[in-house]
Amino acid sequence: MVASRAIGCLRRFANASRTLHHCSGYICRNFSRSSALLARSHINYGIKDDVAVIRINSPNSKVNTLNQELQSEFMEVMNEIWASDQVKSAVLISSKPGCFIAGADINMIAACKTPQEVTRLSQEGQKMFEKLENSPKPIVAAISGSCLGGGLELAISCQYRIATKDKKTVLGVPEVLLGILPGAGGTQRLPQMVGVPAAFDMMLTGRNIRADRAKKMGLVDQLVEPLGPGVKPPEERTIEYLEEIAVTFAKGLADKKISLKRSKGLMDKLTSYAMGIPFVRQQVYKKVEEQVRKQTKGLYPAPLKIIDVVKTGLEEGKDAGYLSESQKFGELAMTRESKALIGLYHGQVLCKKNKFGTPQREVKNIAVLGAGLMGAGIAQVSVDKGLKTILKDATLTGLSRGQQQVFKGLNDKVKKKTLTSFERDFIFNNLTGQLDYQGFEKADMVIEAVFEDINLKHKVLKEVEEVIPAHCVFASNTSALPINEIASVSKRPEKVIGMHYFSPVDKMQLLEIITTPKTSKDTTASAVAVGLKQGKVIIVVKDGPGFYTTRCLAPMMSEVIRILQEGIGPKKLDSLTTGFGFPVGAATLVDEVGVDVAKHVAEDLGKAFGERFAGGSLELLKQMVSKGFLGRKSGKGFYVYKEGVKSKDLNSDMDSVLAGLQVSPKPEVSSDEDIQYRLVSRFVNEAALCLQEEILATPAEGDIGAVFGLGFPPCLGGPFRFVDLYGAQKIVDRLRRYEAAYGKQFTPCQLLIDQASAGKKFYQ
Amino acid sequence: MTSILTYTFKNLPSSTWALRFSLRPLSCSSQLRAAPAVQTSTKKTLAKPNVRNIVVVEGVRIPFLLSGTSYKDLMPHDLARAALSSLLIKTNVPKEVVDYIIFGTVIQEVKTSNVAREAALGAGFSDKTPAHTVTMACISANQAMTTGVGLIASGQSDVIVAGGVELMSDVPIRHSRKMRKMMLDLNKAKTLGQRLSLISKFRLNFLTPELPAVAEFSTSETMGHSADRLAASFAVSRLEQDEYALRSHKLAKKAQDEGLLSDVVPFKVPGKETVTKDNGIRPSSLEQMAKLKPAFVKPYGTVTAANSSFLTDGASAMLIMAEDKALAMGYKPKAYLRDFVYVSQDPKDQLLLGPTYATPKVLEKAGLTLKDIDAFEFHEAFSGQILANFKAMDSDWFAQNYMGRKAKVGSPPLEKFNNWGGSLSLGHPFGATGCRLVMAAANRLRKEGGQFGLVAACAAGGQGHAMIVETYPK
Repeated sequence: MVASRAIGCLRRFANASRTLHHCSGYICRNFSRSSALLARSHINYGIKDDVAVIRINSPNSKVNTLNQELQSEFMEVMNEIWASDQVKSAVLISSKPGCFIAGADINMIAACKTPQEVTRLSQEGQKMFEKLENSPKPIVAAISGSCLGGGLELAISCQYRIATKDKKTVLGVPEVLLGILPGAGGTQRLPQMVGVPAAFDMMLTGRNIRADRAKKMGLVDQLVEPLGPGVKPPEERTIEYLEEIAVTFAKGLADKKISLKRSKGLMDKLTSYAMGIPFVRQQVYKKVEEQVRKQTKGLYPAPLKIIDVVKTGLEEGKDAGYLSESQKFGELAMTRESKALIGLYHGQVLCKKNKFGTPQREVKNIAVLGAGLMGAGIAQVSVDKGLKTILKDATLTGLSRGQQQVFKGLNDKVKKKTLTSFERDFIFNNLTGQLDYQGFEKADMVIEAVFEDINLKHKVLKEVEEVIPAHCVFASNTSALPINEIASVSKRPEKVIGMHYFSPVDKMQLLEIITTPKTSKDTTASAVAVGLKQGKVIIVVKDGPGFYTTRCLAPMMSEVIRILQEGIGPKKLDSLTTGFGFPVGAATLVDEVGVDVAKHVAEDLGKAFGERFAGGSLELLKQMVSKGFLGRKSGKGFYVYKEGVKSKDLNSDMDSVLAGLQVSPKPEVSSDEDIQYRLVSRFVNEAALCLQEEILATPAEGDIGAVFGLGFPPCLGGPFRFVDLYGAQKIVDRLRRYEAAYGKQFTPCQLLIDQASAGKKFYQ
Repeated sequence: MTSILTYTFKNLPSSTWALRFSLRPLSCSSQLRAAPAVQTSTKKTLAKPNVRNIVVVEGVRIPFLLSGTSYKDLMPHDLARAALSSLLIKTNVPKEVVDYIIFGTVIQEVKTSNVAREAALGAGFSDKTPAHTVTMACISANQAMTTGVGLIASGQSDVIVAGGVELMSDVPIRHSRKMRKMMLDLNKAKTLGQRLSLISKFRLNFLTPELPAVAEFSTSETMGHSADRLAASFAVSRLEQDEYALRSHKLAKKAQDEGLLSDVVPFKVPGKETVTKDNGIRPSSLEQMAKLKPAFVKPYGTVTAANSSFLTDGASAMLIMAEDKALAMGYKPKAYLRDFVYVSQDPKDQLLLGPTYATPKVLEKAGLTLKDIDAFEFHEAFSGQILANFKAMDSDWFAQNYMGRKAKVGSPPLEKFNNWGGSLSLGHPFGATGCRLVMAAANRLRKEGGQFGLVAACAAGGQGHAMIVETYPK
């Protein structure tokens, strides 16, 4: 639950990367009166009356990215336009539906070896955009689809912006999510355009802004409604229409019939007035900086540098601002944090693909067993995407609760205005709630989310197999029970698979899919296809106790208990873990997961893996369960939870429990840093073991799973990226030191030792 | 058996056409008027075995007025009553013969939600004649007529009065839901304490009134906005739209001046002058029209007040009978009501494309082609909507990709299209337009000659309707 908050920021990657899949091939029309059609690969332009229409369409790619080739072609075209007497204005548009310009080319930055190289790239961009800004002929950016990062910086250098008002059209500067900053004048232009507070919000959160909101903010000047079918497909005609409108406005701007001055609302006027007062500005910087420090714990350098650069520009003038922007951009691009975040971005793109191919049958009807928190969550993300879903529970009360959860989830979207109430009703209608197996004969996939008890799972599996058709996949949502054990009673084990969702399902992006040796490839392909439809980032792992995610978490949790036993209080422990970059403190995490669940998992995995998973005493969890301290769900765990109260106090009844189980700490490994590394190194070691044992197929999946499922610090990029950036040898050294103090639990696995001795990296 | 024969006959049109041409090698339209012998043989093809022939005996409408003008102080049932009593007078039909009365309306006056009954009682119909009201947006009157057709065809009734009414001068504006809830709760509150505690919850924003939605419920988009997008989808220019609107006004003016709008009956408005003609016809000039700003998609849209139908008050009524009954009663019917269809499609992007979907379907059902139609009467919601429908009907791509048809049906020839004006100029009282379309088709066929008329209309909700009207042999 809590993990989702910090990961929220990373969710937005998904939106950016999702656009990658939407762009379908679009063939650029020939101009009737094209003049200068030179052989350019990214850009062509033609002249309509006296308006130059510049079309961007990078070859062999679903998106346009600002790489060097495109930039130089663009400047070439602009120089021609500026030199031409025929042209009075220009329109800049993409020929790819769903994508204006998705941003700068990340690889271009990654290829740079020194900060100076990156700074130079930034300065080239700045110069180019400054030329556009000072263009004597007005340029209209006609935006349809994602307009992100460098794409938005380009758009705001133009004199006028027109955007299509559809869901695919989003504007934003997501650089901060990659640990860098908008390096082509964005930090300087955005505050001028939308005001300092809104500019900070955009640059520090990296959030995507939909077209209608962008219009209200003053980021775009006009909106164009998407069109339906005419005598051409809707997407094609919509782009044409956008171009026609943009041409009209370009003419109007050139003839000075349309004014560039925007009428500002009262609030905007007040804000810009207030921001004109130096004292107010200082207060704003201070406030924003405080907030950033509090949220990032100083672990992410990019947001602070963004504040700094904006400040420089506003206080010391444009030239100083540009200089600072390019320098800081260069510095940031070289940071470990940026490399880690960019790695996560690539990993996520990878985990949004179905490498198992297209399933033989498309899954259209699914059934979810158990209307608990998980079951209803799974149902919600399914109906949302148009899957007909049966939600089955054993009792009417349970079922009603689940249905209400789905409704509430959808209704919250109505309140946030991302859905209309009509769309909500339409989507909710995809859900059928029932207590029996009626209609299961049409199900293409059954996902069970019943209580974690092997006998119960066996019972429902047998019942379900009686009623489902031969092609139907049976997926088990379990966090620890081995899938092959569940499948042992199945008549068709090739159709049985594990789908491990994370709670809350509608917020957590990860889906861990578990295959047994008997699971067929087509079954896996189906499960991945459904997961992708549900909007999940997917890792596919092999079966084994705790699979990947739970297995990594368990030794760390064991260490958590030991640390608590050694006398570190829950609050201190929480601040140590969040200080390392975990979105949720370790003690809070136990409360959120549920003490009983944690105990259950610890027992199961303890049995399976023996001493390596030992450390803390299980007795602590047992006593907590017996006292009813189950965590948030029971109102008490390490902390006390009250409905509607956000701040939480320590549960004083825990003092005696902790006192009774106290062990004496080992001073040589009990510094704050050691405590942090004891936790993380056990996590990392276990993750490496999963790769060594081929539970994991790739380190990228391991990183995505750890960050998106367990809240592993995103600034470290996941356990494997962390080893690469921190150094395998250093990790092994640390593990050896802790091993000396505590024994086998810290013995580094062979893979880590090999990596260290060979000086190899997980990512090349 | 006969139908098979006639079908083959129809499929060999060249010979009959050749015959007609040889008889009267005049203009296209006059040739149709000419050959009664051939006409009779073709006409029978639309009569179905074992289905009763249904005829329009007469239809009337009170003048359609811009809302806020002479009818503004009346209530909807007043207008409906005027149309009904005019029909009674004009046809002289004995009131006890009428089996059933059906009216269409869109925005309901809550006091007279079954406006058909309230109007019929006042208009001098028998209180033994049941009446009900139907609603289907702009095709409500069409629904009233076809409901009547169904009652006659199934043998339940012989004589039906169908019509429609709309009064846009007054619409029900409600208290907010919160206010209504408080008022209803107050009714139930028993003690002073309960009442006071309820009243204490009152907030000033409770007084914000709730206007009837002008937007599509499912998409929250207003119709004008959708029309503008539709026009853009089909690349219909502002100039084309203005030209079409101007045509509509000019033709309406001409028809009015020449006295062709014979379905219009005068209406003595209580307390005011007698209204004798439609008052929304205002032929302007393209220059004047070009000055108007877009009404919905601002600032660059193409739909303006001048190329849209305007808010209108009005009512219409029609006497429909089984053919045998009409003949037995000595009436000379005006037209047959033949095949009809209702269609529906995506209410977001194809809201107003009803005619495109309905036309090929109804033609197919009747075994006709577009060429067989002599008079087209389409509801003109917006110029852009009509022109978009033309382009859609003329597009193989659209027919194949969106309608699941092999080929386009074709665009109606403009010289046969809405020759006496349309909703853009005559006005469009939502619930009443359907009857006007049918009467215009029937009267045009009689006046201009020709056998078949095609009536089509779009409606909110992404629905549509089309019907074949066949002139009654003279």
